Amino acid sequence: MSTAVDVKTLIIDGMDVSARQDQTVLDVARENNIFIPTLCHLEGVADIGACRLCLVEVKGTPKLLSACTTKVYEGMEVTTDSERLRKYRRMTLELLFAERNHVCAVCVANGHCELQTLAYGQGMDHVRYDYCFPKWGMDLTHPFMGMDHNRCILCTRCVRVCWYIEGAGTKNTSGRGGGSMIITDLNQPWGDSETCTSCGKCLMSCPTGALFKKGSTAGESDRDRSMLEFIVNAREKKQWTV
Amino acid sequence: MDRLKVATVWLGGCSGCHMSFLDLDEFLIELAGKIDIVYSPIVDRKEYPEGVDLCLIEGAVCNEDNLEILRKIRARTKVLISFGDCAVTGNVPAIRNQLGADNATQVLQCAYIDNAQEHKCLPGREGIVPALLKRVRPVHEMVVVEHYLPGCPPPADRIRAVLTQVLEGLSPKLEGAQLKFG
Repeated sequence: MSTAVDVKTLIIDGMDVSARQDQTVLDVARENNIFIPTLCHLEGVADIGACRLCLVEVKGTPKLLSACTTKVYEGMEVTTDSERLRKYRRMTLELLFAERNHVCAVCVANGHCELQTLAYGQGMDHVRYDYCFPKWGMDLTHPFMGMDHNRCILCTRCVRVCWYIEGAGTKNTSGRGGGSMIITDLNQPWGDSETCTSCGKCLMSCPTGALFKKGSTAGESDRDRSMLEFIVNAREKKQWTV
Repeated sequence: MDRLKVATVWLGGCSGCHMSFLDLDEFLIELAGKIDIVYSPIVDRKEYPEGVDLCLIEGAVCNEDNLEILRKIRARTKVLISFGDCAVTGNVPAIRNQLGADNATQVLQCAYIDNAQEHKCLPGREGIVPALLKRVRPVHEMVVVEHYLPGCPPPADRIRAVLTQVLEGLSPKLEGAQLKFG
């Protein structure tokens, strides 16, 4: 039995748009070619509003809301670009760069990195905060994949693809705040994991150089997300052909 | 208009930014007609002069000499530009900061003792070899910087874009991919 789709109308950046009631502000903006920067959002896995880059202004609330986790409602008025939003987005990016060791010049993801691309897209010419230079290690115990915690922004895309697309539940998070980290199983070396299927979906999902294929150069590290898209399409739209 | 007095300086970096500067090719000839290079690793002048209009600073602040000349440059220069990723972010020289409080001792030990094949000894003669700072810093953490020119190294067209704007009397502004690190 089909039910009538409940359509909402709202205004994004002065433009009247319509949306299904189950859509988020980000979904509707993308459908209408309105750019909202994101880092933790990945098509096909649940949104968690972690990176705070997709913050938007919604008329009637003093708080900034994450577009990826805010559902549309009738008469909603959204602003996706303003002086205030640009200020917070740049601040967020600078804090991400200051928190760990993102050395673009020697990073395997140089030129293919979503953090790097967003930084220059948002006009970040330097970081105003003191760099933390924390000591983080790497996990190179897996036969062909590596994890560099220095480059991790804790978006948890890898955790979510591992749980919700592959269904393995190998990748997890531990710790709190800036001391949080991505772990394998109950914090054991990746190579010792009995749950990891070595599918490589975490590699495909990573926006930075935190997860990489061993032995590949920066020029080869372009993220191929076609397999993730294929699985998500097949699951959600029942489309089994590419 | 008086010719612009320009300096370039090489702190803790690989000199790649200066190589990129030389890569400006024929624009260098145009530049030579409009500016005087009053201090630089590529001109023979020992003392940083007074009354400099613009200084491009390559490299991170790694040792006591870097810090001393940087303070002198700030006092004697109108406009400072952090030139390249080492100056802007600390980049590769600042990787040693990750080793913690005694990182300077550790890197010297590693380079001059552990991995040396001959003459294992730490370089250090008072007044000649400058001591490493406890922490490598980007330039703007030590002195006020007016503009940033990122890149490792900044491509020649990016340097040209900044210098052209300066010569036109504008406050230089880079946008989009012209701001890419790495």
